[in-house]
Amino acid sequence: MADTGTGIGARVLRKEDKRFITGKGQFTDDINLKDQTYAYFVRSPHAHATIKSVNTAKAKKMPGVVDIFTCKEVEEDKIGGLICGWMIHSKDGSPMKAGPHPILASGKVRFVGDQVAVVIAETKAQAKAAAEAVAVSYGVLPHNVDAAQAMKTKAQVHDVASDNRVYNWSLGDQAATDAAFKNAAHVTKMNIINNRLIPNAMETRAAIGSYDTGADHYTLYTTSQNPHVARLVISAFHGLAPEHKLRVIAPDVGGGFGSKIFIYGEEVVCVWASKRIGGRPVKWTADRSEAFLSDAHGRDHVSQAELAMDRSGKITGLRVHTIASMGAYLSTFSAAVPTYLYATLLSGQYNIPNIYAEVDAVYTNTAPVDAYRGAGRPEATYLIERIVETAARELKMDPAEFRRHNFITSFPHQTPVIFTYDAGDYGAALDKALEMSDYKNFASRKAESAKNGKLRGVGFSAYIEACGIAPSAAVGSLGAGVGLWESAEVRVNAVGTVEVLTGSHSHGQGHETTFAQLVSDRLGIDINSVAIVHGDTDKVQMGMGTYGSRSGAVGMTAISKALDKIEAKAKKVAAAVMEASAEDIDFKDGTFTVKGTDKKMAFGEVALASYVGHKFNSSEIEIGLKETSFHDPSNFVFPAGVHICEVEVDADTGLTKIASYTAVDDFGTIINPMIVEGQVQGGVAQGIGQALIEGCNYDPESGQLLTGSFMDYNMPRAANMPHIENFKLGFTFTKCPSNPLGMKGCGEAGAIAAPPAVINAITDAIGVRDIAMPATPLTVWQAMQPMKRAAE
Amino acid sequence: MTTIAMKVNGKAVGGEVESRTLLVDFIRVNLGLTGTHVGCDTSQCGACVVHINGKAVKSCTTLAVACEGADITTIEGIAKNGTLHPMQQAFHEEHGLQCGFCTPGMIMSSIDIVKRNGKKVSEEVIRRELSGNICRCTGYHNIVAAVQSAAQKM
Repeated sequence: MADTGTGIGARVLRKEDKRFITGKGQFTDDINLKDQTYAYFVRSPHAHATIKSVNTAKAKKMPGVVDIFTCKEVEEDKIGGLICGWMIHSKDGSPMKAGPHPILASGKVRFVGDQVAVVIAETKAQAKAAAEAVAVSYGVLPHNVDAAQAMKTKAQVHDVASDNRVYNWSLGDQAATDAAFKNAAHVTKMNIINNRLIPNAMETRAAIGSYDTGADHYTLYTTSQNPHVARLVISAFHGLAPEHKLRVIAPDVGGGFGSKIFIYGEEVVCVWASKRIGGRPVKWTADRSEAFLSDAHGRDHVSQAELAMDRSGKITGLRVHTIASMGAYLSTFSAAVPTYLYATLLSGQYNIPNIYAEVDAVYTNTAPVDAYRGAGRPEATYLIERIVETAARELKMDPAEFRRHNFITSFPHQTPVIFTYDAGDYGAALDKALEMSDYKNFASRKAESAKNGKLRGVGFSAYIEACGIAPSAAVGSLGAGVGLWESAEVRVNAVGTVEVLTGSHSHGQGHETTFAQLVSDRLGIDINSVAIVHGDTDKVQMGMGTYGSRSGAVGMTAISKALDKIEAKAKKVAAAVMEASAEDIDFKDGTFTVKGTDKKMAFGEVALASYVGHKFNSSEIEIGLKETSFHDPSNFVFPAGVHICEVEVDADTGLTKIASYTAVDDFGTIINPMIVEGQVQGGVAQGIGQALIEGCNYDPESGQLLTGSFMDYNMPRAANMPHIENFKLGFTFTKCPSNPLGMKGCGEAGAIAAPPAVINAITDAIGVRDIAMPATPLTVWQAMQPMKRAAE
Repeated sequence: MTTIAMKVNGKAVGGEVESRTLLVDFIRVNLGLTGTHVGCDTSQCGACVVHINGKAVKSCTTLAVACEGADITTIEGIAKNGTLHPMQQAFHEEHGLQCGFCTPGMIMSSIDIVKRNGKKVSEEVIRRELSGNICRCTGYHNIVAAVQSAAQKM
C-alpha cells in the first residue's frame, strides 16, 4: 500500500478540515431561517407520575409566545409515536412488550426529563421563560431507576409489561452448555456490571423544522447520523407527510457516537409544529442539561457469567444471564443492542463449544438506553475479557498464554452464537502487542513503580466485534425493521470531475477524504477533483447512515461497485471513440488504452466524449456517465485485536494513571492510516473514560439524574490520557473476504477494547478479583483497604 | 437594552443587547459569527473560547456588556490575509480534529497556552491547561501533538 499520494493507504490530510479550523462549519445551530421561532420543552421533574392537567393559559400570555402545544394537539393531528425498529421475541415466542412512546407525553411521564409540552416563542429566552410558567399538575407514582430491581419493583413503567420485562430472550444451546458445566474441571463465576454512560457528543441535538405553506412541503434540519432513516420514520410512522413532501438535512454534525442515530420526539415536534404555527420555522437546540436528561444513554447491564474449563485450561462453556435496562421507552435500535449486538459476540476470540445466554430487557424510570459507540459489543467484550482474565489468574496461567491456548485458529469459524467469523489471526495480534508493549520486561517496570510508591498492573483485552452492519435478509430474519445496505451514486461531470452521493453520513469520520481517496485511486484523478455529497435527502436518494462501523465496509463498497459500472461504461465510450472493441480497452492510472496500440484517452476526455455524444451511437450507448449502486453486504465484518494497558495506582490515594496503552488492531484494508489511528485514539479515550471516570447515576430515592452536567459527569480530559510516547498503535492484516476492498471497520474498536484492558490492569495492580467501573480513586482506595488492614 | 461597542476581529462593531446577553450570543446571533460554539451550560467544555484583549476567555460566561471597548478575536479572525494561523495549520497537519465542533475553542485556548508558556511548553502543561476544553472525538492525542507542533512555529 502506498504511504504517499492520495490513493488507498495514503495518509492524506483531511479535505474537510479547512471549514472547521476557520470557524466556517455549518452545524444545525449555525443555520438561521427567515422568520424563525424558538422552541423550548417543558420537561418532567418527576421520575414517574400521571399528568393530571397542563395549564398553559398564563404562559401563553407571556411576551413573545407564539403558541404552546401538548399531546392534545399531537393527537388532534394524528402524529404517531416513536418506534423501536427491531422486534425481539422472547424465548417463549411472545413479541417484546413495547409501550407507547408519544412525541409529547400523554397521560404519564416516565423519567425525569420526559417532554410534556413545547413552548414556541420569538426568542429562546422568551420560550424558556414561558416554559417555566406552564403549570403541570402531576400525580407522583412509585419509580425505579435500577435495572437489577426492575422485575421486583412495584413501579410499573408501562401497562403492557406487568413485571417491567420487555422480553426474556435467549441464545445458544442451554442443555449442551449445562452439560459442559457439569463436566468442567474448573468454573469461574463473576457478577459483572457494565456501567451506564451518557454519550455526550460535543454538539448537542438540534433541529429546525420548516413548513412551506405554498408547496405543502416540510424541511427538517437536524443533527442526525442517518437523515434518510429519519425521513422514513417521520413519514411512515409519525405520518407527518409522505417522503416526497419531507426533506431532511443533516449538515455538519458535531459527533454522534450512536446518540444521533435515533429518532427523538423533539425533532419531530419541531417539524410538525412549524405547520401548526402557519409555516414559520421552529428552531430547537438542546442545552447540555437537556442533552444529559433526554439523549439516549448507553450500556447499563447487570450480568452473571460463568466460564467452564477442562483440566488443560481449554474453555468448554460460557453461561450468561444479563439484565439490560432499556430506560423508560424503547428507543429506535434499543431492542437489538443487548441481544443480536451483544450475545452473538460472547464467544470473543475463543473457541468455546457451548454458550448459552439469557437476556431480560427491562423498563426503568430513566432516559431511554440505546446504541452507544460499540453498542452491545463493548458489553460482550467486557464480560468475556474480564472472566477470561480472572480464569487465567485462578488457573495460575499467564493471561496472554491462557488466551492463546483458547484462540480460534482456523477460519471460517462458526461460533455457537450465530456468527461465522470469516478471517483473522489472533495470535499475530497478540504477538505484536506483547512485543510493542515490552511485556517481557513488565516485572522490572513494576519494581520501578513500586520504588515510587506506585502499584503497577498490566491488563489484556483480546476483543472481537461484528460490524459493517449488516446483511439485510439476515437482520430481517432477526427482527430488524429495515435492510442495512448502503447506496452510492457516482456522477462524472463532463470535465472529468466527480461527485459521489453517499447514504453514509460523516460526523467526524472524515468521509470527504477517505471516500475521495477511493475514487482518486480507482479513476486515477486528482483527489481535489472529487466531491463527496451526503446528509441531504433531496440530493442523495436513499441511505442507511453511519453507525456500527459500516461506512467503510458497506458505504465504500457501494461506491466501489458504482465505480465498477462507471469504468465499464467509460470503456464502451472510449472504445467507440478510439474505434476498438470494449474488451480491448484497458484502464489504468486514469488512462484508457487500446491493447496492442498506442491509442489512448485520459479519463477526462472520455467523460467529455460521453456527454458530447458525437462519436458513438447514442441508441447503443446512453449519453452521460453516472452510475448507482445499492450494496447489501453478504456478511458482517469482524475486526479484532489485542490491547494491553499498564496502569500505575497511587497506593495512598487510589488514583489510577494510564502508564502505557498498546493497541494492535486488524481492520483489514486501511484507506487512510491517519484517520484510522484517530478513530482508535478517540475510541480508546471513551473506553478509558468508562473504566476510570464516567458513570451515569440516578438517585434511587428521588429518581433524579445526579450526573446531569459536565460538572457531575466526568468526561475524559487531555490529562486522563496516556502521554503520546506511551500510547502505541499497531496493525495486523487479514483481508476481509466479504467485500472487494477487504475492509473491516475501525470506528468502535477502541471503545470496545479499552474498558476490560484497564480494569484487568487495575485488578492486577492492587490484587483484587474485581472492581466496579468507573474505578475512581475512591473506589480503588476502598478496594485496597481490606488488604491494607490485613497487612497491618 | 444597552448599547455596546467593541472591536471584533479588527472591526468596530456594536449593537443593542440586554444586560443578561452573553458574549457568545452577541457573537453568534448579533454578529453572525457562528464559528464560536456552545457545547455546555456550565462553563466546562470550552467550545466557546475567544480572546478578549489577547487572553483566552469562555464567552459563554462573559456578559456582552462587560466587553465594552474590548478587543475581541474569534476563530474567524486568526488567519491573516488567507494564511492560516500556525495553530490552525497544526490542527490540520496533525489530524487534531474529527467532528470539528470543539475545534474553534481548542485552537483559541491552545494559542493562549503557547503564548503564555512559550515554545518549550511541555506535554504535561499542555494536557493540564487543556482541562477546560473537552473533545469527545480525538482522545486529545493529536490535539496535544498539534499544540506541540504549533509551539515551534508561533
